[in-house]
Amino acid sequence: MLPQFDLKDPQLESRVYGTRTLLAIGLVMILLSVVLMRYYTLQITEYEIYKTQSERNRVQLQPLPPQRGLIYDRNQILLADNRPSYVLSIVRERVPDLEATLADLEAVLPISDSDMDNFRKKLKRIRPYDPVPLRFRLTEEERARLAVNRFRLPGVVVEAQLLRHYPHGELFSHALGYVGRINEQEVQELDETDYRGTFHVGKVGVEKYYEDMLHGNVGYQNVESNAHGRVLRVLERFAPERGKDLTLSLDYHVQLAAFEALGDQRGAVVAIDPRNGQVLALVSTPGYDTNLFVNGISSSEYAELRDSKDVPLFNRAIQGTYPPGSTIKPFMSMAGLLSGLVTPQSTVPDPGWYSLPGNSRKYRDWILRITGTGHAARVDMKMAIAESCDVYYYDLARRLTIDRMHDYLNPFGFGDRTGIDTTNERTGILPSTRWKRAAMAESWYPGETLSAGIGQGYMLASPLQLAVATSVMAQRGERRVPRLVMAVDGELVPAPLLQQLEAPDEYWDAIIDGMREVVHGKKGTAKALAIGIMYEMAGKTGTSQVIGIAQNAVYNEEDVAERHRHHGLFIAFAPIEAPTIAVGIIVENGGGSSVASPIARAVIDTWLGLEHLADG
Amino acid sequence: MGDYVRQLPHHSSRDMARRPSALMRFHIDIPLLFLLLVLSAYGLFVLYSASGQSMEAVYRQGRYLALAFVIMILAAQISLQRYASLAPWLYIAGVATLVAVLLVGVGAKGAQRWLEVGGMRFQPAEIMKLAVPLVVAWFLAGRRLPPRFFAIIGALILLVVPAGLIVIQPDLGTALLIASSGLFVLFMAGLGWRYIAIAVVLAGASAWPVWMYGLKEYQKQRILTMFNPESDKLGAGWNIIQSKTAIGSGGWEGKGWMQSTQSRLDFLPESHTDFIIAVLAEEHGLKGVIALLGIYLLIMLRGFWIGVHAQSSFGRMMAGSLTLTFFVYIFVNMGMVAGLLPVVGVPLPLVSAGGTSVVTLLAGFGVLMAISTEKPRVS
Repeated sequence: MLPQFDLKDPQLESRVYGTRTLLAIGLVMILLSVVLMRYYTLQITEYEIYKTQSERNRVQLQPLPPQRGLIYDRNQILLADNRPSYVLSIVRERVPDLEATLADLEAVLPISDSDMDNFRKKLKRIRPYDPVPLRFRLTEEERARLAVNRFRLPGVVVEAQLLRHYPHGELFSHALGYVGRINEQEVQELDETDYRGTFHVGKVGVEKYYEDMLHGNVGYQNVESNAHGRVLRVLERFAPERGKDLTLSLDYHVQLAAFEALGDQRGAVVAIDPRNGQVLALVSTPGYDTNLFVNGISSSEYAELRDSKDVPLFNRAIQGTYPPGSTIKPFMSMAGLLSGLVTPQSTVPDPGWYSLPGNSRKYRDWILRITGTGHAARVDMKMAIAESCDVYYYDLARRLTIDRMHDYLNPFGFGDRTGIDTTNERTGILPSTRWKRAAMAESWYPGETLSAGIGQGYMLASPLQLAVATSVMAQRGERRVPRLVMAVDGELVPAPLLQQLEAPDEYWDAIIDGMREVVHGKKGTAKALAIGIMYEMAGKTGTSQVIGIAQNAVYNEEDVAERHRHHGLFIAFAPIEAPTIAVGIIVENGGGSSVASPIARAVIDTWLGLEHLADG
Repeated sequence: MGDYVRQLPHHSSRDMARRPSALMRFHIDIPLLFLLLVLSAYGLFVLYSASGQSMEAVYRQGRYLALAFVIMILAAQISLQRYASLAPWLYIAGVATLVAVLLVGVGAKGAQRWLEVGGMRFQPAEIMKLAVPLVVAWFLAGRRLPPRFFAIIGALILLVVPAGLIVIQPDLGTALLIASSGLFVLFMAGLGWRYIAIAVVLAGASAWPVWMYGLKEYQKQRILTMFNPESDKLGAGWNIIQSKTAIGSGGWEGKGWMQSTQSRLDFLPESHTDFIIAVLAEEHGLKGVIALLGIYLLIMLRGFWIGVHAQSSFGRMMAGSLTLTFFVYIFVNMGMVAGLLPVVGVPLPLVSAGGTSVVTLLAGFGVLMAISTEKPRVS
């Protein structure tokens, strides 16, 4: 069976085998030494490196995001809290095939395009092993489905997270603002350490203005986690410092009264406690559900809000600036008194119109088209305010001139930022010759002074500014910075006096007397408000033109498209003897002040009623 | 070559002088058995920890080991002559099943390696780990040694055919192991240095074409990864980085039994199979590695000793080849886990969990025992 043709030489074979065995042993020894050297290098020479690496593998520093401070109204009614919500995140480093995992996830639960976009953007700038959020607000069912599929989704983490919630939605939308997911620009601006593990930041309003306080300080924990990112054990914990709770001076009931009184109309209400500058109500309608923004509003929902011609995202109370119309008259009166051009008793003839010397153009009083004549043969200050006489102020404005008008009105806060503690405040316009040159590169025309005298033309003020000016009037010259936040973590925030406008008491008395007549007088422009009133209110109506009206044309409300109707304004404070509330109100395209004044009554009734209850 | 040479020792004075024990009667090489038992015990000890303290895994491996030791003892009972005569048939059967695997085999992880017969799966490649050295040794044993040109060519054909079939599966690691087991036979038979030199030159020259056309993408990737694991931290490099971290962090002392964080926290892949040495190194440190290498070295020295004292050239060549193949397992496994060699699926002998490799290895030691206890031939 075996081939026999070779002659074998057993001795040679044995000798050759012996040599080969020795060679083999030598080779084995050399190669084993190589292996041993390798292990020696790893375990002895480079021990420290790998020890550290192993430690780092095992122990992971995890950020513990702080709990955002809560926001209350002045009655400790919760306006913004945090609710547990389940977030689906992905740890990129632990996912073998990201695209496949995303596809798998999409089969398990819905993921919107914006979620996906956000995720991909975030993915680029995340630290290694940090979870990147993909879906927020998982439902019970989605969590269950994920749990079932968990084994084939390595690197997918579901974590409970506290998410901002606004229990009252639209009611406080413009007062509070909202938080939203941190965007790329914000990443640059925010402190990287402090915001590790935090996905949301205040975007607008109080939420943004007080971001530093509300956010708190990040904490850390050292955790032992496995290669799949699952935490096995917490080794060490540095607790985060929760954000500070804010108590707003807003009163839920007053806010609600204002909101309901505005109803479907577009407008704004700002109510301030003149004694301390605390904002009691700040409403702009229409509002929007701020909860939509917390997790990234869908682009269609956002487009709807953005493109709505009612501009619900626009905060009319502080961003909206309108010609103040006749509501400027009490302040003009003070300018007249201080300048010495008028006294409480001095009168002006009123034929129902006014014209500049040497000019035939007639500046009409609003009453002319109703009665065909002026308010009276001669009009004094009280009547001028109560009946809103234009001629009185045309004359005063002409004699005062625009620049002095500017200087006297400015202490009431017109043309200045009020300094309220929220975002996006606009200053409005308090015109002057200098302003016009700077803004329009034109010189001032005398006719424009007359328009300015009755709060039309270039002059613009926000409802907040009107409320602040009204508080200055109520407090007889004390101007304060309006404040939304009353206390931080229960500690009161003082509202310092900003400025004191000095004027003799008789001046204040005269003007306030006129404002009382607006509401309580027989011919007051808001006399309807006095029906059933339990207190004395000082007010002033106003109407501001949306479109210019030709010289001899008559404004007829019925004929004008809804969007071109006049804005209705009203300012008021009460009670007159010891004011505790001042309001500034605008109703866009309301036609006239009669739509705005009942809102003031509702708001002030509510506030004084509450105060009465508290006292009683 | 009758059976008379394999008769059990009678009560002749010469045999009595050697005081044969019962173990000797059953063709058991006592030092080798002892070393293998120590190694297996060490392996189970490490496995308990590496499997996450799973007694189940230890029992399962224990059962495999028990079976493998029985097979080893059975294999030791077969005479060398029978091995020689069985070699070609075993080889032919092996090649046939390898072909069958390619046609009707069962896949796992993208490779066809398994054959299912009556509900039982087995890897025909495992048969070849014994059949190839046996057939090459059989082929050379009858010829004049050291082998001459045509004998060498014949031997090469015998080993290239199965190796090629396994490469197609594809299972490069096993193919290399099988090819080298055949080459070791040639080497121990005294293959001329000229041929060795030529082989080295040819191997060097073919490296480029093999790289370009012979290797699959994942195989190239493994080799590249070995040189620079950092290049693909989360993909192929992950295993190597993690196993190096495990080994390195063990230091001299080790973290202690069942204290390996790398495998416990799932950073280490395949921690109870191919990468088990990393767990051992992490928990028992360099001293544990040296102890393991010590046992391996003693087993190999015993293997060479058996080869040198073998009665026939067939036995000698088999003993040398089996011992060197055993060494290749150790070297390749420990080298790849430590990042010296590319990652191929080679287990750490008798320590890695798994039934097939244990059975194959111990069957080989059975053959070694048969060589060791072969009755001295009357010359």
